[in-house]
Amino acid sequence: MLFTSYAFIGFLCVGLIIYRLAPVKARPYILLALSYYFYAHAGVWCVVFIVSTSIVAYIVTVKMDKQAIARKRYLAEMKDVISREEAREYKARDKRSRRRVLIVGLVLTLGLLAVVKYTDFTITNINSLLDLVGSESRIPLAGILMPMGISFYIFSTVGYMVDVYREAVTPTHNPFHTALFISFFPQLVQGPISRYGDIKEDLLNPKPLKADSLKLGAMRVLWGFAKKLIIADRALIAVKAITGDPEKYSGAFVVAGMALYALELYADFTGGIDITIGTAQMFGIGVKENFIRPYFSKSVAEYWRRWHITMGTWFADYVFYPMSSCKLIRNISGALRKSRLPRRAAQRIPVYITSAVVWFATGLWHGASWNFILWGMLNFAVIMISQELEPLYDKFHKKFRFSTNAVPYKAFAATRTIVILSCLRMLDCYGSVGTTFGAFGSIFTGSPAVLFDGSMSALGLTLFDYVILLLGMLTLFAVSMLQRKGSVRTRLLSAPFALRACLLIALFTAILLFGAYGPGYDVGQFIYNRF
Amino acid sequence: MEEYLDTIKQIIADLHPELDDEDREGLVADGILDSYDIITIITQLADEFDAVITADKITPENFDSARAIAELVDEILND
Repeated sequence: MLFTSYAFIGFLCVGLIIYRLAPVKARPYILLALSYYFYAHAGVWCVVFIVSTSIVAYIVTVKMDKQAIARKRYLAEMKDVISREEAREYKARDKRSRRRVLIVGLVLTLGLLAVVKYTDFTITNINSLLDLVGSESRIPLAGILMPMGISFYIFSTVGYMVDVYREAVTPTHNPFHTALFISFFPQLVQGPISRYGDIKEDLLNPKPLKADSLKLGAMRVLWGFAKKLIIADRALIAVKAITGDPEKYSGAFVVAGMALYALELYADFTGGIDITIGTAQMFGIGVKENFIRPYFSKSVAEYWRRWHITMGTWFADYVFYPMSSCKLIRNISGALRKSRLPRRAAQRIPVYITSAVVWFATGLWHGASWNFILWGMLNFAVIMISQELEPLYDKFHKKFRFSTNAVPYKAFAATRTIVILSCLRMLDCYGSVGTTFGAFGSIFTGSPAVLFDGSMSALGLTLFDYVILLLGMLTLFAVSMLQRKGSVRTRLLSAPFALRACLLIALFTAILLFGAYGPGYDVGQFIYNRF
Repeated sequence: MEEYLDTIKQIIADLHPELDDEDREGLVADGILDSYDIITIITQLADEFDAVITADKITPENFDSARAIAELVDEILND
């Protein structure tokens, strides 16, 4: 069920009525039923995967929690009987035991993700190796279909199990509550990757709903629809045409394609998350923000702190920090500091090793193919080089008395970030490493005049469409500027009714008139849905 | 705890010589310490005090000041 479909609008309206009419205590169960209904629309077979994940998560978290409760009780009872050493040993034994339970949970959930997402990638690589050594034998591809949203809900589940192991959260002992946390429907399409501790109160212990949450949520959904239907799905047409025929559309077309893709991806992903957060808000549930005006970032590192935030913090908390504090990295770090290497290098090499692993995993998470792995490693390389050049930048800025806080510099830095990211995203757009490099190389050939001789109209968009895209982009920029002073919707809520009504009617009309849907348009699923 | 404080202040001063207040709070909240600094601090704490800081202890609050880090070391070593 696409977010931007009549079926979803109908489902949302009916779901909201049932949810709001139901007694507060029954609401989590209503939400669970709605979530499974929504998910079953992606294919009833998909439900098997989410149910299996929920069962594993429930058993693992409850088992770890019961062990933790037993430990605390034992230590409280034996406080004056056993020595401090004995207590410490008991705690260590308990931790090892809970870790074994966690490992079982991680193997089962991440194993499931690995099987459905990476089996064919692995087979393809083995076949390539067989080809390389001259063998004629081939392993047939498994052709496993990837269930919708599995990368997102498995990551949420892993985070939940690790948090319970760390005793950072107390798990629910109600299996339906576990199932709801994992399957909460607005998040199934493209995240965000929620943490149990952040969402459990709203989700499992709902409070009486406030009228404002419905209004604010509906406004956000409307805004998400506008971004997706007016901008993203329109830009998608030209992006598809350019990247679908790299022989024909080379040179300046590649630059145009990347500019349009930057716009499309932003409108698509942030629009989708607007619909997710707005929908959740209508049910009185607060979902974490996933973006903070990412295109205003002055560096690629900053961009990744502001784009798909829940994925970035997930990798930081569950991969980067655990790996950085593991014995191997500590040993490497210790050895480097005792070596003759310059101090700065000795400090940074272990961090870069860990970062490289994180970026490799991030690339792999985005897609089971070499283009995504290369994309991840290039992101790492750009961030690492920028970090290393920072002292040089500082010297340069000081020497030429350059203010990095001045608006022109900020605009320059933000543009530079967008250009770098657009180059990296070509790997995502073109889908293969060879084609991407070919297209990138072609940028420096041919004349930019092709963009103005009418050829752009052959991409499936008219001049009117380009004007709409330009106006859409300016609107997004204006709204982002307004957001710097706080939520636009909250201010709108306290604005005079006439102004609010006019703006919302204008937005609604714009979606009806300028939305890329109906005959002639291929309504696209959200880009991040395929990850 | 006081016995760790001077060494921790020295580690932070080595990483950020520009800081003039060694008792400053908000090291993480104000964006002074980044993830690279935190990892460096963790490895040095392991070297200096044999205090192994596990990932679950790496929270902004635990690294927001030299005193918070010293309290963390104290907690780990006396747990």
